[in-house]
Amino acid sequence: MSILGFLIPLALLMGLVGLGAFFWAMKSGQFEDLDGAANRILIDEEEEDK
Amino acid sequence: MNAPAPGLSAADTCIDSRFTVPGMRCAGCIGKVERGLAAVPGVAAARVNFSAKRVAVSHAPALTEDAIIDELRKLGFEAERAADNPLGRDDAETKRLLRALAVAAFGMMNIMLLSVSIWAGADAVTREMFHWISALIAVPVILYAGRPFFSSALMALRYRRTNMDVPISIGVLLATGLSLYETIVGGEHAYFDGAVMLLFFLLAGRVLDAMMRSRARSGIASLLGRMGRGAHVVQPDGTTLYVEAERLAPGMVMLVAAGEALAADGEVLEGRTTIDSSMLTGESDPRPAGPGDTIHAGMVNLGNPVRLKVTAAAQDTAIADIARLMDEAGQSRSRYVRIADKASRIYAPVVHSLAFLSFCGWMLAGAGIYQSLTVAVAVLIITCPCALGLAVPAAQVVAAGALMKRGLLIKDGSALERLAEVDEALFDKTGTLTLGEPRPTDLFALDPRARAIALALAQGSRHPLSRGLALALREAGTEPAALDDLAETAGSGMTARFEGHDVALIRPEIETAGLAVDLMVDGTRARIGFADPLRPDVAETIAALGRQGIGCGIVSGDRVETVASVAADLGLAGSGGMSPSQKLDLLGERAAQGHKVLMVGDGLNDGPALAGAHVSIAPGGASDVSQQAADAVFVGERFMPVALAVRVARATMGIVRQNFAMAAIYNTLAVPLAILGFVTPLIAAIAMSASSLLVVGNSLRLARAAGPESAS
Repeated sequence: MSILGFLIPLALLMGLVGLGAFFWAMKSGQFEDLDGAANRILIDEEEEDK
Repeated sequence: MNAPAPGLSAADTCIDSRFTVPGMRCAGCIGKVERGLAAVPGVAAARVNFSAKRVAVSHAPALTEDAIIDELRKLGFEAERAADNPLGRDDAETKRLLRALAVAAFGMMNIMLLSVSIWAGADAVTREMFHWISALIAVPVILYAGRPFFSSALMALRYRRTNMDVPISIGVLLATGLSLYETIVGGEHAYFDGAVMLLFFLLAGRVLDAMMRSRARSGIASLLGRMGRGAHVVQPDGTTLYVEAERLAPGMVMLVAAGEALAADGEVLEGRTTIDSSMLTGESDPRPAGPGDTIHAGMVNLGNPVRLKVTAAAQDTAIADIARLMDEAGQSRSRYVRIADKASRIYAPVVHSLAFLSFCGWMLAGAGIYQSLTVAVAVLIITCPCALGLAVPAAQVVAAGALMKRGLLIKDGSALERLAEVDEALFDKTGTLTLGEPRPTDLFALDPRARAIALALAQGSRHPLSRGLALALREAGTEPAALDDLAETAGSGMTARFEGHDVALIRPEIETAGLAVDLMVDGTRARIGFADPLRPDVAETIAALGRQGIGCGIVSGDRVETVASVAADLGLAGSGGMSPSQKLDLLGERAAQGHKVLMVGDGLNDGPALAGAHVSIAPGGASDVSQQAADAVFVGERFMPVALAVRVARATMGIVRQNFAMAAIYNTLAVPLAILGFVTPLIAAIAMSASSLLVVGNSLRLARAAGPESAS
């Protein structure tokens, strides 16, 4: 049973990390432009860029 | 691609401006806009938001917004200043709900893990420990994720009313309280999982609802802002400066280009032009205006650039009166009670008295207070309107999504409910039944070569006549001819050279009754007349509405004879010459006779009627005021979305009723079990998820509702 003392906090911690990641993603505007992100991958970086 | 442009260090103060660019359709456009703008001197960074069709530009203060719009036009994109989105305040609300949903999901998953092992038969010590851990997770989660419900329920109770959130809050709080007690005394059943799961499902419904609203509203917001929110004011040194409408003052001199709407009332100082007053009065025929004439805010300059002296601005303009009428008219609608709240008015008392009666029943039967209370709480939890909370939003979100694909943006769920009740439709004429834009009447008089030249000339100009001509020619399959030396002379027209000859698209030398341009090819002049045609499928739409039992009529501010001829063509009753307040009075009359009227209109003069009607729809080309007053906006040239909206709204309400029926059947099965005391947390969890899935699955059938008429 002592394994529970380890596994339950671990499960909670992982859940909290996921929750934190979601909050961070929302705050940093990851969901602002879903279609744009899908399209941006198709843009070629120009050679003279940078 | 967001690298700072040379010559601008981060220390320079940059200002941010936002523009709507509706023409962006692909990845190439994103790259083109961002790179093109970044290459402009003075622009520090440009970032496209593709979903919102917007670009945010961070630039040096010296670079004006007009210059950026010009740069965008050079890149091939029409752009407008983005308004501070008047409808965008829901965004924060959606985010709050999403956060609550995420927290509820976190809590639900973890508590469910613990609960499953309890149901699987954990022994007393483990069970107690798991109950304690569940409580530690559940209490903060419920306090956080339940806030939207608690605050709404409190608000309702404060005004001595009840809504769906009252039984939800009572159920959740009682379940949590009882479970805490169970945990403390080491009891067998704790309902933490049920309470959190309930919040999760209900929040999912709320989030869907909020997302539907914000999606439609951002769609509408991107249509807004073309109409006279400011003007170019001529400065003493001869330069022009863009001034917002609120800051215009009498005495200023505005320069109004072709295609622009006036932001304030003014008197023409210089220039002769043609004025379209259809937005303000509904009158379809453009009228000429010259020095000394007064032009009102909201009218559109179709002809040449003119200079006007502002005579009245902001609160004193003719528009302001319409705004006051609208405010008053809009208040009647806020009294509308949504179907979910109607349902909860019946539902809440029934459930609460059932719970109370079972408590009394068990007490009389000799059970202790504790056991009786457990049963009463079980009744509350099992009846707690999980399916009921999803019944309405799930159906409405699916329907709104289906309608959006067909070009109709619904602002909120209550609009769908009101649309379903409609039994009469009134249309404005100009801009609603008609396109509201000039289109050439006699293209076939031109030979293919002349058409190709005309298209090449017309697409170089932003003048409303040129735009209409270019659009019609492109639709007719014309390819533009290759021209040299294309030039636009403001107030005169377009000139160019084609195969060594002069060609031109210019305004007629003599003043004509209607709108017209002359096409000069090989030294001959061909007159192209313009008119405002009916939308292509108006007759079909009216027939479709008729099949749904909806009578149609026209109310217009245009001249009586014009309205009568259109009405006769379409076989409708029409009344012309109506002022905004007369339209509103007519609506009031129809409402008093028990009719639920759908108003479709676009102009400023329709604003009060749109706000006062049972439900209203505006076309995408409508004035900002009308789009904000209307419940829905349809885009494109076709009129059919109006009939489609009614049909889908009715289908949606059918599904909503089915959902309610399913929730009722579920309750009649589950409540006796609860009253008899057979409901354990396991049964509650299964019943709750099963009924929610059923309701969502049934609602998904609406995705096909916007298909062809025969399919439904």
